[in-house]
Amino acid sequence: MSSCQPTFDFKTFNRNNMKLNLKIWRQENAKAKGKMVDYTVDHIEPDMSFLEMLDILNDQLIVKGQDTVAFDHDCREGICGMCSLYINGEAHGPDRLVTTCQLHMRKFKDGDTIYIEPFRAKAFPVIKDLVVDRSAFDRIQQSGGFVSVNTSGNTIDANSIPIPKADADRAFDAATCIGCGACVATCKNSSAMLFVSAKVSQFALLPQGKVEATDRVMNMVSQMDAEGFGNCTNTGACEVECPKGISLDFIAQMNREYLAASLKG
Amino acid sequence: MALDSKIPEGSISDKWTNYKDHINLVNPANKRNLDVIIVGTGLAGGSAAATLAELGYNVKAFCFQDSPRRAHSIAAQGGINAAKNYQGDGDSTFRLFYDTVKGGDYRAREANVHRLAEVSTNIIDQCVAQGVPFAREYGGLLDNRSFGGTLVSRTFYAKGQTGQQLLLGAYSAMNRQIGRGKIKMHNRHEMLDLVIVDGKARGIIARDLITGKIERHSAHAVVIASGGYGNVFFLSTNAMGSNVTAAWKIHKRGAFFANPCYTQIHPTCIPVSGDHQAKLTLMSESLRNDGRIWVPAKVEDAKAIREGKLKPTQIAEADRDYFLERRYPAFGNLVPRDIASRAAKERCDAGHGVNKTGEAVYLDFAAAIQRYGVDQARLKHLDENDSATVIKLGTEVVANKYGNLFQMYEKIVDEDPYTTPMMIYPAVHYTMGGTWVDYNLQTTIPGCFSIGESNFSDHGANRLGASALMQGLADGYFVLPYTIGDYLAPDIKMGTISTDLPEFEEAEKNVIAQINQLMNNGGSKPADYFHKKLGKIMWDKVGMARNEKGLIEAQAEIAQIREEFYKEVKIPGTADSFNPELAKALRVADFLELGELFAKDALHRNESCGGHFREEYQTPEGEAQRDDENFAYVAAWEYKGNPSDAVLHKEELKFENVKLVQRSYK
Repeated sequence: MSSCQPTFDFKTFNRNNMKLNLKIWRQENAKAKGKMVDYTVDHIEPDMSFLEMLDILNDQLIVKGQDTVAFDHDCREGICGMCSLYINGEAHGPDRLVTTCQLHMRKFKDGDTIYIEPFRAKAFPVIKDLVVDRSAFDRIQQSGGFVSVNTSGNTIDANSIPIPKADADRAFDAATCIGCGACVATCKNSSAMLFVSAKVSQFALLPQGKVEATDRVMNMVSQMDAEGFGNCTNTGACEVECPKGISLDFIAQMNREYLAASLKG
Repeated sequence: MALDSKIPEGSISDKWTNYKDHINLVNPANKRNLDVIIVGTGLAGGSAAATLAELGYNVKAFCFQDSPRRAHSIAAQGGINAAKNYQGDGDSTFRLFYDTVKGGDYRAREANVHRLAEVSTNIIDQCVAQGVPFAREYGGLLDNRSFGGTLVSRTFYAKGQTGQQLLLGAYSAMNRQIGRGKIKMHNRHEMLDLVIVDGKARGIIARDLITGKIERHSAHAVVIASGGYGNVFFLSTNAMGSNVTAAWKIHKRGAFFANPCYTQIHPTCIPVSGDHQAKLTLMSESLRNDGRIWVPAKVEDAKAIREGKLKPTQIAEADRDYFLERRYPAFGNLVPRDIASRAAKERCDAGHGVNKTGEAVYLDFAAAIQRYGVDQARLKHLDENDSATVIKLGTEVVANKYGNLFQMYEKIVDEDPYTTPMMIYPAVHYTMGGTWVDYNLQTTIPGCFSIGESNFSDHGANRLGASALMQGLADGYFVLPYTIGDYLAPDIKMGTISTDLPEFEEAEKNVIAQINQLMNNGGSKPADYFHKKLGKIMWDKVGMARNEKGLIEAQAEIAQIREEFYKEVKIPGTADSFNPELAKALRVADFLELGELFAKDALHRNESCGGHFREEYQTPEGEAQRDDENFAYVAAWEYKGNPSDAVLHKEELKFENVKLVQRSYK
């Protein structure tokens, strides 16, 4: 049986292969001072993903006896939200509506210089190199990103409350946020409004979420502020760089929810 | 040791109710004196953590990702089954049970599968109550679609991101309990050993992946929810970090490992493009609702396509072989996954494959776009004979159903699937085998439970589409919360378990010794080098088709790679810092043991069933040939040092409610 499973050989010749200059942020740990370090990597093919390019760099570094570049990644199909990277000044790189793991090297040319940095924000401290701590996002969700129903299984039949298709679809659009943090890294104020508004809006659009709408928006916004994220000044940069195309309209929706909640006191 | 599956008495439909009526309960005040460790926060682990915390237990949850929301359940696309019968198309609990047992090629335990079908409807109610935005019809009620191996529409979905939405639901339920302090969440932690005290699971040794610190954690019970082991093939649709380590560590401490050779090769994945590839991407099975699978009927056409001289759209209808529709007219493109995968391989092996490597078939939406386009044109009173209008309208419908999948395909392959057929090929996707558990989901180690994909119990030798999400949430929300209470009831006065016990010290020493050995061996090759070598052997000799000679060779070759690995692997950096290469090497070490047991299991099972296809055992038409007389049992392996020394224990499978017949989808 023939097989296309790979054997380890990063020198495989390919007529389309590219040589690239990389300038990568290296930082030993949260307390250490970081700096940009130059690398070259060759035998890169256009069909490779950006992270496969970094895999090859790391394998080359190991063979040379050097420490590898740390970066976050997991599903490699654009849904887990684990991968990040600020590539040539853009979160998830130059392509639109993709995460870094879905960015392919065909977007670059032989001889290009590529700048690779972590997602930078006060609320996202660097753990090592390109890996940052995004647990502030979890804490915001813990402050109110849920419907308070127990999971015991004794609830009402799923079809007992009809939900207009348009509302369900819009709630779904909000719920597709993958929590990667590109919005924060892109925003000049490091605001997390797009992220928080997506969860607030998902629940605000559904009857199940309306019951606790007031407390939810107040608590989540308060936690967002406590984590050190900046204010929203409506530049819209977050929407442009969001790999899932989360709409700015959700920020408007959250502002309405917040105002209504504030008036209720 | 005799295996006791602890199946309750009574008729199949009464077992679970009777069981719940007679188990021990723990009163709410005592639950707060009991600690439970849960390893893994996907659908099974996340839902279990939330529910146990709501009930009052102190939960300590662990995941290797930076947040529970990133567990690989998030990548499940197509949907979740439930016997709601909202469509009125003849569905019922019994039919879901029957389809699952049949789909699993009669190698699953009836009682567990029936319980799964019973609780399936609760899952949908629960998820809607949590605010999961399932797809709906215009009337506001929930929509359904069909999946492989069934004749009804029972699959609930949220576009092609159902796993994401269900996981975020479980994550939100967890967040509520983390906020209340009832779940202590340990992100970026990897479990590296199980601690057994007086014969019972009482804790784990974990490594903090940020600091490298080795930690001791104690509890009254330990739940493994760490997913499947598909990454033993290196290339699979699993996440890069998905691993067998937690499940393998408990195996080494006494938990039997069941049916490791039952692996699902999913028919609709994006084909491999080159030897740089780190993972494969699935295209949801839901696409088979509307996509038609074909290859060129003439070998010379396939050759011309491979050489770039011909385009698929240039092949006339009469020169296309819709091989699933031809071979299986009753189920057509919606045959179960194992059958669809083997049929694609058979056509490619016969020279009809269509991409550069010759290992791809087409998944074509042209007919669906045409059909939907005509429907829409009629609805909107437009000209149904105007092909531009029809294609435009039909494309909109298809985009609305599968838009994110089409976009994902286009980004990876750089071709537009709306105008040229997708290319697909089978890839490793899910593992039906896993830790052996009894009806209580308890392993052969008292107090150590295994739920979701990490156990073996519900899918037999082949899992039907949209059933993994169902099983994960069933185990976590609705089954384990009962069974673990029954186990914990005698421990209410025990108090916190000390981590200073000698058993913790011994386990910690083991872990540190293995890490030191790997760090200081003076090797020169990356862990990936060994992982890829292992993967190639697994795919070539233990993959979609297996034979005696290949399996014997595979066992010896894997043992050899394992030996080389310990001598030659190179891990840069230090053990007491953030070190992804060390984390990877520790996982590869366990895959190198599991792989050998996997081949041993495949060799011993002298029959073909579900995802396990032995070339020696097939019907004249090339279908899997089961041997019910000799192999209607679960193969549960006991660890004895080397994988080659593992001892086989058999749990005989009794079929009292489903008649054993040759599976037919014709």
